[in-house]
Amino acid sequence: MTDATARPVRSSPRPTGTPLRAFGALMLRDTRVLSRELLPFIVRVIMQPLLFLFVFTYLFPRMGGGNGMMMGGGSFATVLLPGLMAVAIMFTGIAAVALPLSTEFGVTREIDDRVMCPLPVYAVALEKICFSALQCIFAALLVLPLAYYIPSTPVLLHVSSWPVFVAVMILASLVSGALGLTIGASVQPRQIGLVFSIVVIPITFLGCVYYPWALLSHVRWLQIVVLANPIVYMSEGLRTALTPGMPHMPVLAVLAGLVGSLAVLGTIGVRNFLRRVIS
Amino acid sequence: MIVEVASLHKTYQTKTGAVAAVAGIDLEVPAGEIFGLLGPNGAGKTTTISICTTRALPTSGSVRIAGVDVVREPARARVHMGVVPQYNTLDRSLTVFENVYFHCRYFGMNGAAARARSEALLQQFHLQERGKALPTQLSGGMQQRVQIARAIAHHPEVLFLDEPSAGLDPQSRIAMWEAVTSLRKEGITVVLTTHYMEEADALCDRVAVVDQGRVLALDTPAALKQQHGVYTVLELKLRDQVSAPALLREIAALSGVARAELTGEGIRVFADQLDGLLPLVVAAARAAGLRDLRVQEPSLETVFLQLTGRELRD
Ligand SMILES: Nc1ncnc2c1ncn2[C@@H]1O[C@H](COP(=O)(O)OP(=O)(O)OP(=O)(O)O)[C@@H](O)[C@H]1O
Ligand SMILES: [Mg+2]
Repeated sequence: MTDATARPVRSSPRPTGTPLRAFGALMLRDTRVLSRELLPFIVRVIMQPLLFLFVFTYLFPRMGGGNGMMMGGGSFATVLLPGLMAVAIMFTGIAAVALPLSTEFGVTREIDDRVMCPLPVYAVALEKICFSALQCIFAALLVLPLAYYIPSTPVLLHVSSWPVFVAVMILASLVSGALGLTIGASVQPRQIGLVFSIVVIPITFLGCVYYPWALLSHVRWLQIVVLANPIVYMSEGLRTALTPGMPHMPVLAVLAGLVGSLAVLGTIGVRNFLRRVIS
Repeated sequence: MIVEVASLHKTYQTKTGAVAAVAGIDLEVPAGEIFGLLGPNGAGKTTTISICTTRALPTSGSVRIAGVDVVREPARARVHMGVVPQYNTLDRSLTVFENVYFHCRYFGMNGAAARARSEALLQQFHLQERGKALPTQLSGGMQQRVQIARAIAHHPEVLFLDEPSAGLDPQSRIAMWEAVTSLRKEGITVVLTTHYMEEADALCDRVAVVDQGRVLALDTPAALKQQHGVYTVLELKLRDQVSAPALLREIAALSGVARAELTGEGIRVFADQLDGLLPLVVAAARAAGLRDLRVQEPSLETVFLQLTGRELRD
């Protein structure tokens, strides 16, 4: 082996890595990966609301002679739209964070390369939430044109307060990312299917997606139990913001519910993420 | 010192009790050195590297990389180090080029600088034609080189390589060795782990022999062999274990034999003088049903045998 003193000194400049730049670069990386599969992403987001609107607000009114189901064909589309946006937000959050994270943890451990970035590890988890939130907002907006064109009777859309709409969209998307992080960091890849059956599907059906929360008053215990479900605040929040003509929760209750869900899911998600990457 | 490890301990709590993966390790690696941690499976090499690279928290003790404490300031410490873990962590969603490119971006380079650096590195590691490929389309040896290229992309002072040649064919291993020795020219300090003697011998300036979470010996490969591996080791396998203890006493008395021990399969003889000894040992062992005899010249392998009484690879 050669003499230790005779080695040249490295002269190449080291870049000034700051946590903020690293965070931005992580977002850039995720943008690159998403751009490569933009079309599958859009198809995945659109398919469910498309079929839902087609069957329940286009076919049903025609088959049932116009009186439709529940609250009458026309207004069902109006009930459905915020709910479908909430579902798009939730599924996107899970697809954007939980699915990739669970394989990156379990099978390949490739998340390690991002954990080694020059920023605190919790920031890597927060970046996942933030980037997925952007996708969620995009996904929710994709539902709007569908609701405009498909239903046989028009949807009564009216943004009564833009600040509320923006706040609900952003908070709901962050909650969805935090939910995805919690699932992705807590569940083994082979259990993901099971989680869909016992968590994702129930919280969708009991998330006031297809009916306003106020109408649950007929089943009082359920009306109280579902308050623990973050999807409720997403759908009710969007109802408040987009279709104020329908019964909906008060704005403050919605915002409190979303902030509370974000705090709880964000904490659990980040904690489990840290536990998975640092031993 | 680029790497300073002081009285490092790491105890894992498992269902079956506490496992002391690292039980008091002290190391100092000066700039420019290629340093090896040599030890068998479960010796605590990966745990030590994980703590140094902020992937695990020590139970007690401290590690400083380029003067930065890895527990107190992990994010800042990571700027000074490159890491190639024991398992492949290439980003499967990105191409080979993008793996290096985004790594540069994570560490603060702008787009142009990152692109230039990535192109230069792919060139240096003979990967320029595979830039557009996905990691999974590359051979294991190539993936390993991409990992090394990526790990040094942000100009770290020290590169940690955990079992860099595990699972590589001999040709890829040689290519990997060349890649590592070429880092010396750039002044990058290297800390690697291995359980291949040849690798420690060929690559490392200094080697720490690690077993059960402790450093048993630390020196240059040559000095280690001189101090601990002066003996040639004769490994005798016998059919008849019953007469082995008597044979052991007989062999231990032969001139040229420093000591001998039972191995369960036969007898291990540490000889300082081989001339004329072999026929005598064979003759003595014939009665006990000698079925195999292996002679190991002094090497890091025999150093390990001497220090622990166990083979490095089981
Ligand atoms: N996360 C963990 N939980 C519990 N025990 C662990 C954990 N990681 C390692 N160990 C134990 O610590 C000891 C040291 O393991 P380590 O992986 O550091 O060894 P190693 O020298 O890298 O071995 P190898 O050559 O097999 O890679 C082993 O006994 C191992 O079982
Ligand atoms: Mg190991």
